[in-house]
Amino acid sequence: MTDPKIAELWVYLASAPLFWLALTLVVYQALNWTFLRCNRMPLLNPVLWSIVVLAALLSLTGTSYESYFEGAQFIHFLLGPATVALAVPLYRQFDQVRRAVVALGVALPLGSLLAAGVAVVLAGWLGADRSTLVSLSPKSVTTPIAMGISEKLGGVPSLTAVFVILTGVIGAVFASLIFRTLRIRDQRAMGFSLGLAAHGLGTARAFQFGETAGAFAGMAIGLNGLATAVLLPILLPILLAFFD
Amino acid sequence: MLGAITLLLLCQLAGEVLVRLIGLPVPGPVLGMVFLFLFLLVRHHVPEPVERVSNTLLDHLSLLFVPAGVGVIRYAQRLEDAWLAITVSLIAGTVVAIGATAWIAQHLMPKPHDPKGDAP
Repeated sequence: MTDPKIAELWVYLASAPLFWLALTLVVYQALNWTFLRCNRMPLLNPVLWSIVVLAALLSLTGTSYESYFEGAQFIHFLLGPATVALAVPLYRQFDQVRRAVVALGVALPLGSLLAAGVAVVLAGWLGADRSTLVSLSPKSVTTPIAMGISEKLGGVPSLTAVFVILTGVIGAVFASLIFRTLRIRDQRAMGFSLGLAAHGLGTARAFQFGETAGAFAGMAIGLNGLATAVLLPILLPILLAFFD
Repeated sequence: MLGAITLLLLCQLAGEVLVRLIGLPVPGPVLGMVFLFLFLLVRHHVPEPVERVSNTLLDHLSLLFVPAGVGVIRYAQRLEDAWLAITVSLIAGTVVAIGATAWIAQHLMPKPHDPKGDAP
């Protein structure tokens, strides 16, 4: 640094929570604006690119994730109340949900097993090690449940958190393409599958299809959290036995 | 407004406490969602401030995942080592799960009440 004042300023900014908090908001909103401007082109997914841009900025400035999180935790904290808030759309769609019990009861265990099974088998076949496979297995479940499951089964919880986010981004990016290809037009089916396979990020995407889709997605997050917590400890040892 | 924020946080708090007390496998906020849902069932309607606060939160749900996602930088090495296996399995697992679940659900779903609710 040429000017000591600038160096001093940077020392302050890099350590104060304010800077990274503000930057996270600015980066996300700029990318979200671009995304909306380009007719929600899936590849411009604002979550994906916000992560890429912020991670690049952290590397370039040599900032640790811990000091970044000092600021970003205020956004992260809102995930809890936002999860609680999912009760509101769910309540408004309760009649529809009640009428769909049979369809959801069949789709839930099937989707839950496929989400974990396909990923573990493919990654194992492509040579990923055991701890990566276990960490991958709860990838479709919402972060807090997924980390708990991963730890219980012998995975790396923080690595699982990363896989969970990537899964959510993938679900959001591919949603329209999948629904168009398979001619899925029922909002309830769209929402339920997105919440089940891509948790909160899928739910955020589902709300863009409509409130019915959003409500079914929000419900699917919780249901798949439960289903995976019960089914995965049975499924995973069977799958891992093939790669030992 | 303040009341609604407090209500959401109290639901979450009750969820977190109960999960720890009985050792449930679900996260606290998910149980908190169940509590808020029961509250709305008893009240028979969504109070306007609760509606406003929850809409604000859910409108920006995507943003809330960014801080956790940036955590990817801590695992750069492992991701680099197994990037092919991870990329292929994450994409295939997610696409297959969404496609199969949506397809099955759509075929078993009863006709919707409201035809508008079924529009893409």
